[in-house]
Amino acid sequence: MPVPHDPAPALQDYAHPEKLVTTEWLAEHLGAVGSGDLAVVESDEDVLLYETGHIPGAVKIDWHLDLNDPVSRDYVDAEGFAKLMDASGISRDTTVVIYGDKSNWWAAYALWVFELFGHPDVRLLDGGRAAWEAEGREMTTDVATVAEVPSGSGYPVTERNDAPIRAFREEVLDFLGGQLVDVRSPQEYTGERTHMPDYPQEGTVRGGHIPTAHSVPWARAAAEDGRFRSRAELEAIYPGELGFDPAQPVIAYCRIGERSAHTWFALKYLLGFEDVRNYDGSWTEWGNAVRLPIAVGTEPGEVPGR
Amino acid sequence: MTASTTTSDQSAMPEGFQEIAEDFHALGDKDRLQLLLEFANSLPELPERYAEHPELLEPVPECQSPIFLITEVEGAGREATARLFFSAPPEAPTTRGFASILAEALDGRAVGEVLDTPDSVTGQLGLAKVVSPLRLNGMAGMLARIKRQLAQKAGL
Repeated sequence: MPVPHDPAPALQDYAHPEKLVTTEWLAEHLGAVGSGDLAVVESDEDVLLYETGHIPGAVKIDWHLDLNDPVSRDYVDAEGFAKLMDASGISRDTTVVIYGDKSNWWAAYALWVFELFGHPDVRLLDGGRAAWEAEGREMTTDVATVAEVPSGSGYPVTERNDAPIRAFREEVLDFLGGQLVDVRSPQEYTGERTHMPDYPQEGTVRGGHIPTAHSVPWARAAAEDGRFRSRAELEAIYPGELGFDPAQPVIAYCRIGERSAHTWFALKYLLGFEDVRNYDGSWTEWGNAVRLPIAVGTEPGEVPGR
Repeated sequence: MTASTTTSDQSAMPEGFQEIAEDFHALGDKDRLQLLLEFANSLPELPERYAEHPELLEPVPECQSPIFLITEVEGAGREATARLFFSAPPEAPTTRGFASILAEALDGRAVGEVLDTPDSVTGQLGLAKVVSPLRLNGMAGMLARIKRQLAQKAGL
Protein backbone atom coordinates (compact mmCIF):
# COMPACT_ATOMS: atom_id res chain seq x y z
CA MET A 1 0.00 0.00 0.00
CA PRO A 2 1.50 3.37 -0.94
CA VAL A 3 2.38 5.59 1.97
CA PRO A 4 0.77 9.06 1.70
CA HIS A 5 2.93 12.12 1.13
CA ASP A 6 3.75 14.49 3.93
CA PRO A 7 1.26 17.37 3.68
CA ALA A 8 3.33 19.66 5.94
CA PRO A 9 2.90 23.27 4.74
CA ALA A 10 6.66 23.87 5.11
CA LEU A 11 7.32 21.48 2.23
CA GLN A 12 4.61 22.54 -0.19
CA ASP A 13 6.52 25.40 -1.82
CA TYR A 14 9.10 22.99 -3.20
CA ALA A 15 8.74 21.75 -6.76
CA HIS A 16 8.45 18.12 -5.55
CA PRO A 17 7.29 18.18 -1.93
CA GLU A 18 6.66 14.43 -2.14
CA LYS A 19 10.44 13.85 -2.03
CA LEU A 20 10.76 15.11 1.56
CA VAL A 21 9.20 14.14 4.86
CA THR A 22 9.35 16.06 8.11
CA THR A 23 10.42 14.57 11.43
CA GLU A 24 6.81 14.95 12.65
CA TRP A 25 5.53 12.91 9.72
CA LEU A 26 8.04 10.15 10.25
CA ALA A 27 7.31 10.02 13.98
CA GLU A 28 3.61 9.54 13.15
CA HIS A 29 4.37 6.80 10.63
CA LEU A 30 6.90 4.82 12.68
CA GLY A 31 4.27 2.12 13.21
CA ALA A 32 4.39 1.30 9.50
CA VAL A 33 8.18 0.89 9.42
CA GLY A 34 9.12 -2.67 8.61
CA SER A 35 5.62 -3.53 7.38
CA GLY A 36 6.84 -3.69 3.80
CA ASP A 37 5.06 -0.41 2.99
CA LEU A 38 7.63 1.86 4.62
CA ALA A 39 11.33 1.41 5.26
CA VAL A 40 13.69 3.84 6.96
CA VAL A 41 17.34 3.81 5.93
CA GLU A 42 20.19 5.50 7.78
CA SER A 43 23.19 6.45 5.63
CA ASP A 44 26.07 8.22 7.34
CA GLU A 45 29.58 9.33 6.86
CA ASP A 46 30.54 7.65 10.14
CA VAL A 47 30.06 3.92 9.74
CA LEU A 48 29.42 3.38 13.48
CA LEU A 49 26.90 6.14 14.08
CA TYR A 50 23.93 3.85 13.41
CA GLU A 51 25.19 1.49 16.13
CA THR A 52 25.21 4.32 18.69
CA GLY A 53 21.45 4.67 18.26
CA HIS A 54 19.07 5.14 15.33
CA ILE A 55 15.44 5.72 14.48
CA PRO A 56 13.43 2.65 15.56
CA GLY A 57 13.12 0.17 12.71
CA ALA A 58 15.76 1.90 10.56
CA VAL A 59 18.24 -0.23 8.65
CA LYS A 60 21.76 0.91 7.81
CA ILE A 61 23.11 1.26 4.29
CA ASP A 62 26.71 2.39 4.04
CA TRP A 63 27.79 4.18 0.86
CA HIS A 64 31.22 2.64 0.90
CA LEU A 65 30.53 -0.90 2.05
CA ASP A 66 27.12 -1.42 0.47
CA LEU A 67 26.68 0.92 -2.52
CA ASN A 68 30.14 0.99 -4.08
CA ASP A 69 31.35 -1.88 -6.19
CA PRO A 70 34.43 -3.26 -4.44
CA VAL A 71 36.40 -3.71 -7.67
CA SER A 72 35.30 -1.30 -10.38
CA ARG A 73 34.98 2.40 -9.52
CA ASP A 74 31.24 2.20 -9.89
CA TYR A 75 28.11 1.38 -7.96
CA VAL A 76 26.86 -2.11 -7.29
CA ASP A 77 25.17 -3.86 -10.20
CA ALA A 78 21.53 -4.87 -10.50
CA GLU A 79 22.03 -8.20 -8.69
CA GLY A 80 24.00 -6.52 -5.95
CA PHE A 81 21.34 -3.86 -5.44
CA ALA A 82 18.54 -6.42 -5.39
CA LYS A 83 20.43 -8.42 -2.79
CA LEU A 84 20.97 -5.31 -0.67
CA MET A 85 17.27 -4.44 -0.89
CA ASP A 86 16.26 -7.96 0.16
CA ALA A 87 18.62 -7.78 3.12
CA SER A 88 17.14 -4.39 4.03
CA GLY A 89 13.50 -5.46 3.90
CA ILE A 90 12.76 -3.27 0.88
CA SER A 91 10.57 -4.37 -2.02
CA ARG A 92 9.96 -2.40 -5.22
CA ASP A 93 6.71 -1.07 -3.71
CA THR A 94 8.22 0.05 -0.43
CA THR A 95 8.35 3.75 0.33
CA VAL A 96 11.91 4.41 1.47
CA VAL A 97 12.82 7.33 3.73
CA ILE A 98 16.56 7.99 4.01
CA TYR A 99 18.26 10.09 6.66
CA GLY A 100 21.82 10.58 7.85
CA ASP A 101 24.48 12.76 9.44
CA LYS A 102 26.11 15.91 8.01
CA SER A 103 22.90 17.62 6.83
CA ASN A 104 21.87 14.47 4.95
CA TRP A 105 24.75 14.70 2.54
CA TRP A 106 25.37 10.92 2.51
CA ALA A 107 21.63 10.28 2.65
CA ALA A 108 21.20 12.32 -0.54
CA TYR A 109 23.97 10.29 -2.12
CA ALA A 110 22.23 7.03 -1.17
CA LEU A 111 18.93 8.39 -2.52
CA TRP A 112 20.64 9.22 -5.80
CA VAL A 113 21.91 5.61 -6.07
CA PHE A 114 18.38 4.30 -5.33
CA GLU A 115 17.20 6.44 -8.24
CA LEU A 116 19.87 5.03 -10.55
CA PHE A 117 17.97 1.78 -10.07
CA GLY A 118 14.66 3.54 -10.58
CA HIS A 119 13.28 2.79 -7.13
CA PRO A 120 9.82 4.35 -7.45
CA ASP A 121 9.37 6.06 -4.09
CA VAL A 122 12.38 7.25 -2.14
CA ARG A 123 12.36 10.34 0.08
CA LEU A 124 14.68 12.23 2.42
CA LEU A 125 13.94 13.02 6.05
CA ASP A 126 14.36 16.81 6.08
CA GLY A 127 17.04 17.74 8.60
CA GLY A 128 18.33 14.18 8.85
CA ARG A 129 19.69 12.59 11.96
CA ALA A 130 20.58 15.86 13.65
CA ALA A 131 17.02 17.22 13.45
CA TRP A 132 15.54 13.99 14.82
CA GLU A 133 18.02 13.95 17.71
CA ALA A 134 17.65 17.68 18.44
CA GLU A 135 13.92 17.19 18.92
CA GLY A 136 14.57 14.46 21.45
CA ARG A 137 12.76 11.86 19.39
CA GLU A 138 13.00 8.15 20.02
CA MET A 139 16.27 6.39 19.22
CA THR A 140 17.19 2.79 19.78
CA THR A 141 20.25 0.58 19.58
CA ASP A 142 18.10 -2.45 18.70
CA VAL A 143 19.13 -3.59 15.26
CA ALA A 144 16.09 -3.83 13.03
CA THR A 145 15.15 -7.39 12.16
CA VAL A 146 14.40 -8.02 8.53
CA ALA A 147 12.22 -10.94 7.54
CA GLU A 148 13.77 -13.49 5.21
CA VAL A 149 12.55 -12.98 1.67
CA PRO A 150 10.90 -16.10 0.24
CA SER A 151 12.85 -17.22 -2.81
CA GLY A 152 11.45 -15.90 -6.07
CA SER A 153 9.71 -12.95 -4.43
CA GLY A 154 12.72 -10.72 -3.84
CA TYR A 155 13.55 -7.28 -5.20
CA PRO A 156 13.55 -7.40 -8.99
CA VAL A 157 16.93 -7.38 -10.70
CA THR A 158 16.53 -4.02 -12.42
CA GLU A 159 19.34 -2.70 -14.60
CA ARG A 160 20.75 0.58 -13.47
CA ASN A 161 19.82 3.46 -15.73
CA ASP A 162 22.63 5.97 -15.36
CA ALA A 163 21.87 8.28 -18.28
CA PRO A 164 19.16 10.54 -16.81
CA ILE A 165 20.92 11.55 -13.57
CA ARG A 166 24.57 10.54 -13.86
CA ALA A 167 27.22 12.30 -15.94
CA PHE A 168 30.49 10.80 -17.14
CA ARG A 169 33.69 12.62 -17.90
CA GLU A 170 33.30 12.67 -21.69
CA GLU A 171 29.84 14.19 -21.27
CA VAL A 172 31.23 16.82 -18.94
CA LEU A 173 33.94 17.65 -21.47
CA ASP A 174 31.25 18.29 -24.06
CA PHE A 175 29.27 20.30 -21.54
CA LEU A 176 31.88 22.99 -20.77
CA GLY A 177 30.26 26.40 -20.94
CA GLY A 178 26.94 24.88 -19.84
CA GLN A 179 25.31 25.13 -16.41
CA LEU A 180 28.11 23.43 -14.52
CA VAL A 181 28.32 23.80 -10.74
CA ASP A 182 31.22 22.95 -8.44
CA VAL A 183 29.93 22.39 -4.90
CA ARG A 184 33.27 21.96 -3.11
CA SER A 185 34.75 24.46 -0.67
CA PRO A 186 36.07 27.74 -2.12
CA GLN A 187 39.66 26.62 -1.41
CA GLU A 188 39.19 23.45 -3.41
CA TYR A 189 37.61 25.43 -6.26
CA THR A 190 40.46 27.89 -6.57
CA GLY A 191 43.07 25.15 -6.40
CA GLU A 192 44.51 26.24 -3.07
CA ARG A 193 43.76 22.76 -1.73
CA THR A 194 42.70 19.43 -3.23
CA HIS A 195 40.51 18.20 -0.40
CA MET A 196 38.04 19.56 2.11
CA PRO A 197 39.41 21.55 5.03
CA ASP A 198 40.23 19.05 7.82
CA TYR A 199 39.66 16.09 5.49
CA PRO A 200 42.25 13.74 4.09
CA GLN A 201 44.07 14.31 0.86
CA GLU A 202 42.79 11.50 -1.28
CA GLY A 203 45.30 11.61 -4.03
CA THR A 204 44.41 14.38 -6.44
CA VAL A 205 47.35 15.54 -8.48
CA ARG A 206 46.16 19.03 -9.39
CA GLY A 207 44.06 21.66 -7.63
CA GLY A 208 41.45 23.80 -9.35
CA HIS A 209 38.11 23.30 -11.05
CA ILE A 210 36.55 22.19 -14.31
CA PRO A 211 36.72 25.15 -16.72
CA THR A 212 33.53 27.27 -16.72
CA ALA A 213 32.16 25.66 -13.52
CA HIS A 214 30.52 28.03 -11.07
CA SER A 215 31.31 27.74 -7.38
CA VAL A 216 28.40 27.16 -5.00
CA PRO A 217 29.47 25.17 -1.92
CA TRP A 218 26.86 22.49 -1.26
CA ALA A 219 26.19 23.64 2.30
CA ARG A 220 24.60 26.83 1.01
CA ALA A 221 21.51 24.72 0.29
CA ALA A 222 21.34 23.63 3.94
CA ALA A 223 20.18 25.70 6.90
CA GLU A 224 21.96 25.66 10.27
CA ASP A 225 19.64 22.95 11.57
CA GLY A 226 20.50 20.67 8.64
CA ARG A 227 17.16 21.14 6.86
CA PHE A 228 17.03 22.39 3.30
CA ARG A 229 16.73 26.12 2.81
CA SER A 230 13.37 27.43 1.64
CA ARG A 231 12.55 27.49 -2.02
CA ALA A 232 12.88 31.30 -2.09
CA GLU A 233 16.36 31.07 -0.57
CA LEU A 234 17.38 28.38 -3.06
CA GLU A 235 15.93 30.42 -5.95
CA ALA A 236 18.07 33.34 -4.84
CA ILE A 237 21.21 31.21 -5.26
CA TYR A 238 20.84 29.09 -8.40
CA PRO A 239 18.56 30.97 -10.77
CA GLY A 240 19.33 34.23 -8.91
CA GLU A 241 23.08 34.54 -8.40
CA LEU A 242 24.12 32.07 -11.09
CA GLY A 243 21.40 32.91 -13.58
CA PHE A 244 20.72 29.19 -14.14
CA ASP A 245 17.68 28.36 -16.26
CA PRO A 246 15.58 25.48 -14.84
CA ALA A 247 14.67 24.36 -18.37
CA GLN A 248 18.35 23.86 -19.32
CA PRO A 249 20.55 20.94 -18.21
CA VAL A 250 22.78 21.18 -15.15
CA ILE A 251 25.73 19.06 -14.05
CA ALA A 252 26.98 19.18 -10.47
CA TYR A 253 30.22 17.75 -9.13
CA CYS A 254 32.42 17.75 -6.03
CA ARG A 255 35.28 15.42 -5.05
CA ILE A 256 33.69 11.98 -5.33
CA GLY A 257 30.06 12.90 -6.03
CA GLU A 258 28.69 12.78 -2.50
CA ARG A 259 28.36 16.48 -1.69
CA SER A 260 27.06 17.13 -5.22
CA ALA A 261 24.28 14.58 -4.65
CA HIS A 262 22.93 17.00 -2.04
CA THR A 263 22.98 19.85 -4.57
CA TRP A 264 21.54 17.53 -7.23
CA PHE A 265 18.59 16.81 -4.93
CA ALA A 266 18.03 20.52 -4.23
CA LEU A 267 18.10 21.48 -7.92
CA LYS A 268 16.01 18.59 -9.19
CA TYR A 269 13.39 18.14 -6.52
CA LEU A 270 13.25 21.39 -4.57
CA LEU A 271 13.66 23.80 -7.49
CA GLY A 272 12.29 21.54 -10.22
CA PHE A 273 15.20 21.79 -12.67
CA GLU A 274 14.29 19.40 -15.47
CA ASP A 275 17.62 17.81 -16.28
CA VAL A 276 20.15 17.55 -13.46
CA ARG A 277 23.03 15.11 -13.47
CA ASN A 278 25.62 14.31 -10.84
CA TYR A 279 29.17 13.80 -12.10
CA ASP A 280 30.37 11.29 -9.51
CA GLY A 281 33.82 10.93 -11.05
CA SER A 282 34.16 14.51 -9.88
CA TRP A 283 37.47 16.09 -8.98
CA THR A 284 39.19 12.82 -8.04
CA GLU A 285 38.76 11.81 -11.69
CA TRP A 286 38.95 15.15 -13.49
CA GLY A 287 41.88 16.51 -11.48
CA ASN A 288 43.93 13.41 -12.24
CA ALA A 289 42.90 12.64 -15.79
CA VAL A 290 45.39 12.88 -18.62
CA ARG A 291 44.77 15.69 -21.15
CA LEU A 292 41.80 17.22 -19.37
CA PRO A 293 41.93 20.99 -18.95
CA ILE A 294 41.48 22.67 -15.57
CA ALA A 295 41.03 26.24 -14.40
CA VAL A 296 42.52 27.76 -11.25
CA GLY A 297 41.55 30.81 -9.22
CA THR A 298 38.19 32.31 -8.32
CA GLU A 299 36.89 32.78 -11.90
CA PRO A 300 35.07 29.98 -13.79
CA GLY A 301 37.43 30.41 -16.75
CA GLU A 302 36.91 29.94 -20.47
CA VAL A 303 36.00 26.92 -22.59
CA PRO A 304 39.41 25.72 -23.83
CA GLY A 305 39.90 25.53 -27.61
CA ARG A 306 39.12 22.05 -28.89
CA MET B 1 48.16 6.82 2.27
CA THR B 2 50.62 8.29 4.71
CA ALA B 3 53.92 9.42 3.28
CA SER B 4 55.85 7.59 5.96
CA THR B 5 54.87 4.04 5.06
CA THR B 6 57.78 1.80 5.92
CA THR B 7 58.61 -1.69 4.85
CA SER B 8 58.27 -3.17 8.33
CA ASP B 9 57.62 -6.87 8.67
CA GLN B 10 53.90 -7.34 8.08
CA SER B 11 53.69 -10.45 10.21
CA ALA B 12 55.05 -8.99 13.44
CA MET B 13 52.08 -7.92 15.53
CA PRO B 14 53.30 -5.69 18.36
CA GLU B 15 52.43 -6.91 21.85
CA GLY B 16 49.99 -4.10 22.64
CA PHE B 17 47.89 -4.93 19.60
CA GLN B 18 47.93 -8.73 19.87
CA GLU B 19 44.98 -9.18 22.18
CA ILE B 20 42.96 -6.47 20.44
CA ALA B 21 43.52 -8.10 17.06
CA GLU B 22 42.62 -11.53 18.43
CA ASP B 23 39.40 -10.15 19.91
CA PHE B 24 38.35 -8.57 16.61
CA HIS B 25 39.30 -11.57 14.52
CA ALA B 26 37.30 -13.90 16.78
CA LEU B 27 34.10 -12.04 15.91
CA GLY B 28 31.76 -11.86 12.92
CA ASP B 29 31.37 -8.60 11.01
CA LYS B 30 28.46 -7.17 13.00
CA ASP B 31 30.07 -7.98 16.32
CA ARG B 32 33.32 -6.37 15.20
CA LEU B 33 31.43 -3.11 14.81
CA GLN B 34 29.97 -3.57 18.28
CA LEU B 35 33.44 -4.08 19.72
CA LEU B 36 34.67 -0.97 17.91
CA LEU B 37 31.74 0.88 19.47
CA GLU B 38 32.78 -0.37 22.91
CA PHE B 39 36.22 1.04 22.25
CA ALA B 40 34.64 4.33 21.16
CA ASN B 41 32.61 4.51 24.35
CA SER B 42 35.61 3.83 26.54
CA LEU B 43 37.94 6.46 25.07
CA PRO B 44 39.34 8.20 28.16
CA GLU B 45 38.37 11.83 28.69
CA LEU B 46 41.08 14.43 28.23
CA PRO B 47 42.82 15.40 31.45
CA GLU B 48 41.93 18.89 32.63
CA ARG B 49 45.20 20.45 31.49
CA TYR B 50 44.27 19.66 27.88
CA ALA B 51 40.51 19.90 28.11
CA GLU B 52 41.02 23.57 28.99
CA HIS B 53 43.63 24.06 26.26
CA PRO B 54 42.41 22.32 23.11
CA GLU B 55 44.81 24.45 21.03
CA LEU B 56 47.68 22.33 22.35
CA LEU B 57 46.39 19.26 20.53
CA GLU B 58 47.32 18.34 16.97
CA PRO B 59 44.53 17.77 14.42
CA VAL B 60 44.56 14.58 12.34
CA PRO B 61 43.25 15.48 8.89
CA GLU B 62 43.46 11.89 7.63
CA CYS B 63 40.34 11.18 9.63
CA GLN B 64 36.99 12.11 8.17
CA SER B 65 35.81 13.46 11.50
CA PRO B 66 37.53 15.92 13.79
CA ILE B 67 40.07 14.33 16.09
CA PHE B 68 42.91 15.88 18.02
CA LEU B 69 45.76 14.22 19.81
CA ILE B 70 48.74 15.04 21.96
CA THR B 71 51.53 12.92 23.41
CA GLU B 72 53.71 13.25 26.48
CA VAL B 73 57.03 11.64 27.18
CA GLU B 74 58.14 10.72 30.71
CA GLY B 75 61.90 10.41 30.62
CA ALA B 76 64.16 10.58 27.60
CA GLY B 77 65.19 8.37 24.73
CA ARG B 78 63.74 5.03 23.72
CA GLU B 79 63.20 3.92 27.33
CA ALA B 80 60.95 6.89 28.12
CA THR B 81 57.25 6.23 28.76
CA ALA B 82 54.79 7.37 26.09
CA ARG B 83 51.49 8.91 27.15
CA LEU B 84 48.72 9.50 24.60
CA PHE B 85 45.67 11.76 24.83
CA PHE B 86 42.86 12.09 22.32
CA SER B 87 39.81 14.24 21.80
CA ALA B 88 36.96 13.41 19.38
CA PRO B 89 33.25 14.24 19.56
CA PRO B 90 30.56 11.63 20.30
CA GLU B 91 29.12 12.02 16.78
CA ALA B 92 32.36 10.54 15.42
CA PRO B 93 32.28 7.06 16.99
CA THR B 94 34.49 5.40 14.37
CA THR B 95 37.25 7.92 14.93
CA ARG B 96 36.83 7.60 18.70
CA GLY B 97 37.08 3.85 18.34
CA PHE B 98 40.34 4.11 16.41
CA ALA B 99 41.78 6.47 19.02
CA SER B 100 40.69 4.20 21.82
CA ILE B 101 42.40 1.19 20.22
CA LEU B 102 45.64 3.15 19.89
CA ALA B 103 45.35 4.33 23.49
CA GLU B 104 44.84 0.81 24.78
CA ALA B 105 47.65 -0.63 22.66
CA LEU B 106 50.26 2.08 23.09
CA ASP B 107 49.62 4.33 26.07
CA GLY B 108 52.14 3.70 28.84
CA ARG B 109 54.54 1.73 26.66
CA ALA B 110 58.15 2.63 25.99
CA VAL B 111 58.65 5.28 23.33
CA GLY B 112 60.97 2.95 21.42
CA GLU B 113 58.29 0.28 21.32
CA VAL B 114 55.75 2.72 19.93
CA LEU B 115 58.22 3.94 17.31
CA ASP B 116 58.86 0.34 16.25
CA THR B 117 55.15 -0.27 15.67
CA PRO B 118 54.80 -1.12 11.97
CA ASP B 119 52.50 1.28 10.13
CA SER B 120 50.76 -1.74 8.66
CA VAL B 121 49.33 -2.73 12.06
CA THR B 122 46.17 -0.69 11.52
CA GLY B 123 45.32 -2.90 8.56
CA GLN B 124 45.76 -6.12 10.51
CA LEU B 125 43.05 -5.72 13.12
CA GLY B 126 40.25 -7.19 11.03
CA LEU B 127 38.54 -3.84 10.57
CA ALA B 128 39.05 -3.13 6.86
CA LYS B 129 36.05 -5.16 5.82
CA VAL B 130 33.69 -3.64 8.36
CA VAL B 131 34.70 0.01 8.23
CA SER B 132 36.37 0.14 4.74
CA PRO B 133 40.09 0.59 4.02
CA LEU B 134 39.51 4.25 3.18
CA ARG B 135 38.26 4.98 6.67
CA LEU B 136 41.12 3.00 8.19
CA ASN B 137 43.49 5.57 6.73
CA GLY B 138 42.41 7.71 9.64
CA MET B 139 43.93 5.34 12.17
CA ALA B 140 47.16 5.17 10.16
CA GLY B 141 47.23 8.97 10.18
CA MET B 142 46.90 9.03 13.97
CA LEU B 143 49.66 6.48 14.41
CA ALA B 144 52.01 8.42 12.12
CA ARG B 145 51.41 11.61 14.11
CA ILE B 146 51.87 9.85 17.45
CA LYS B 147 55.22 8.45 16.31
CA ARG B 148 56.41 11.77 14.96
CA GLN B 149 55.47 13.64 18.15
CA LEU B 150 57.06 11.03 20.38
CA ALA B 151 60.30 10.91 18.43
CA GLN B 152 60.57 14.67 18.69
CA LYS B 153 59.69 14.87 22.36
CA ALA B 154 61.98 12.00 23.35
CA GLY B 155 64.85 13.61 21.47
CA LEU B 156 65.21 10.73 19.01
